[in-house]
Amino acid sequence: MASPASKETVTQTQPITMMSVVAPALGWLVPGAGHLIQRRWIRGILLMASVVTMFVLGLTMQGRVYQPNGGDILDILGFIGDLGAGGLYILSRVNDWGHVVVAHATADYGTKYIIVAGLLNFICVADAYHIAIGKKS
Amino acid sequence: MTLSHFNAALLFSIFASVVFGITVKDNTREQIRYGLYCFAMFMGGLIVAGWVMWVLRH
Repeated sequence: MASPASKETVTQTQPITMMSVVAPALGWLVPGAGHLIQRRWIRGILLMASVVTMFVLGLTMQGRVYQPNGGDILDILGFIGDLGAGGLYILSRVNDWGHVVVAHATADYGTKYIIVAGLLNFICVADAYHIAIGKKS
Repeated sequence: MTLSHFNAALLFSIFASVVFGITVKDNTREQIRYGLYCFAMFMGGLIVAGWVMWVLRH
C-alpha cells in the first residue's frame, strides 16, 4: 500500500532568470548562440556549425524554404520545421532564397536538410534553456 | 550542388549526431560516445534499408 506521502505530487518550480529567457531566444535567433552566451564555447560552436551548415547545404541543393501557409498539413509542418532555424529562416525569406520548385531528388534532400536544421535548432534551444535553469551542466 | 544519396545521408548523419550527442548527454565523454552511437545507428540503418530495398526489388 502506498504511503500518503508518495501520493503527493511534488512540483518544483524553476526560478525565471534573465538568462533562462535570453539564452533560448538568442539560441533560436542565432543557432548555437544560446550556448555561447553561457560560455559553453565548444558546444556552441559545434551546434552552430552543424545547424548553419545543414541549412546552407539545403539551400545550395536548391531546397525549398516553406512560407506561412494554411493548406496541406505537410506544408504546415514544413513551415514549422523551417521556422526553427530562426535567424537563418528570416534571412532566407528576406533575400527570397529557397523560393524554388523542387524538380529533382537532390533538391528534395535540400528541402529536408532545411527542415531538419530547424528541428535540430529547436533541440539546441531546449538544451540552452536547461543549462540556463541549472538542469544541465 | 548535387550530392549522391549516400553523401547526403552521410552528411545528415554527421550533423544530426553532433547535435544529439551534445544535447542529450551531460559530460564530454558521454557526449562523444552517444554521438558516435547515433552516427553508427544512422549509417547502419542506411545500409540495412538499402539492402532491404535491393532484396525487394530483386
